[in-house]
Amino acid sequence: MITLTALSKRFANGAAPAVDALSLDIGEGEICVLIGPSGCGKTTTMRMINRMVEPDSGTIVVGDRDVTRIDPVELRRSIGYVIQQVGLFPHMTIAENIATVPRLLGWDNAQIGKRVDELLERVHMDPARDRNRYPRELSGGQKQRVGVARALAADPPVMLMDEPFGALDPITRESLQDEFLRILHELRKTIVFVTHDIDEAIRMGTRIAIMRAGKLVQYDTPEVILARPADPFVESFVGADRALKRLSLLAVDGHANNEPPPADAPRIARSGNLRDALSSLLSVEASCGAVVDVNGAVTGTLTLDAIRGAFAVKAEARR
Amino acid sequence: MLADAWRYIETHPTQFVTALGVHVALSACALAIAALIAIPLGIVAARRAGFALAAINAANIGRTLPSLAVLALVMPILGTGFAPSLVALTLLAVPPILTNTIAGIIGVERDVVDAAHGMGMTARDVLHRIEIPIATPIVFAGLRTSAVQVVSGAVLAAFIGGGGLGDFITAGIAMMAVPLLLVGAIPVTLLSLGADYLFGTLERRLTPQGLRAE
Repeated sequence: MITLTALSKRFANGAAPAVDALSLDIGEGEICVLIGPSGCGKTTTMRMINRMVEPDSGTIVVGDRDVTRIDPVELRRSIGYVIQQVGLFPHMTIAENIATVPRLLGWDNAQIGKRVDELLERVHMDPARDRNRYPRELSGGQKQRVGVARALAADPPVMLMDEPFGALDPITRESLQDEFLRILHELRKTIVFVTHDIDEAIRMGTRIAIMRAGKLVQYDTPEVILARPADPFVESFVGADRALKRLSLLAVDGHANNEPPPADAPRIARSGNLRDALSSLLSVEASCGAVVDVNGAVTGTLTLDAIRGAFAVKAEARR
Repeated sequence: MLADAWRYIETHPTQFVTALGVHVALSACALAIAALIAIPLGIVAARRAGFALAAINAANIGRTLPSLAVLALVMPILGTGFAPSLVALTLLAVPPILTNTIAGIIGVERDVVDAAHGMGMTARDVLHRIEIPIATPIVFAGLRTSAVQVVSGAVLAAFIGGGGLGDFITAGIAMMAVPLLLVGAIPVTLLSLGADYLFGTLERRLTPQGLRAE
């Protein structure tokens, strides 16, 4: 869906390149997370896709269109854009904010009104209550909900998101991550997502592109990056707890057996991940736990050995 | 004394009305011309950091010049009468409008402008739909300052033959006639207060709802 080829950008003559001969292929419906330390070129790379930054060399193809040959204004109207500080227009109502791109595209009022209400509902806001409010009346989380609704307004196939949850408190951030992950998957959007938070990258990414000094160091699924970091830089970047992070990607369901658990076994949610399950088992010094479904009914047993086994099998399968 | 002043107005209605008319015309024209110069200039200057700084510094120097000095400087070049007074008052009115326009445009949050461009607004859209509406209250605060300054500064036009209510004040001082002085001073005070009130109201009315204090 998005193909970057040998993309380079240098902001000042003589300075080190911000992005250095970067090539990247992003499939339709994927969430590609660009991550790396400050100054690694991740935001610059993202901003070149909608030509907020003009590349010095290289090509960008979105869909089947060469981005550098399209009028940047027209291009941007077809790509959703979400930034960390949201950038809602303070003098416009929530509805007017969301209607920005449809209005630029010349939709009629009835169509716009319908779309605004539909989007507010999708991001779990109340159209009747929120339509005519102003940005200053909203909390940080609500502002970002509106920011995402605004980016989705004209139903762009591609969205660019620059640390959209970076300014939020951890609890709001986590719930919005889950919520938007669901929405974006439902809508099958192709997303380029910039962050500096590895946990967010693992949670959100279909694939993660780790960058350093303008170059792509590793580009792979979260599982592979955690299992087989390409070099010591990636290894230290993903953190010493990468084994635990891998467990967080594996579901309890599928690793439990059908045997009845011992009476004193701790309860483990079937919908949870192996990392949380391991933590529960270790905290009560149990060797196995009772797997329960959403209704609290016991469906099987998860053993420490099964967790260890799941981990090993997964690693083997990747080799 | 007030009664004497009132009697003067009653006995010299044409003179008073003419002076009042000249005063208002002089102030309004100076303000309008200044706005037509300073607002576009401010918008252009706000685009370039260096230019904006230079314009603000020049405007601040302009603001520290005493009004009388500006009039005195204009006289040797343009002579006396209405037109030179208008030029001098315009010069007086430009700095507050210019600095406020620049501050208003620069003050629009960078993220807001970035989001606007990123969604596909043209530079023109961004200016008309985002920057100008958000900067409007600040521009009007500048117009308000200029209006009050021009209405009171127009008194000095009397010194270079520009007419207006300043004629009564200068004559009153020259003849030590306090009632005559008041014939000029009281209406000027009321005009200043009126201008302040008018532009204050406009400033509030034109502030977009989303930007108003709760």
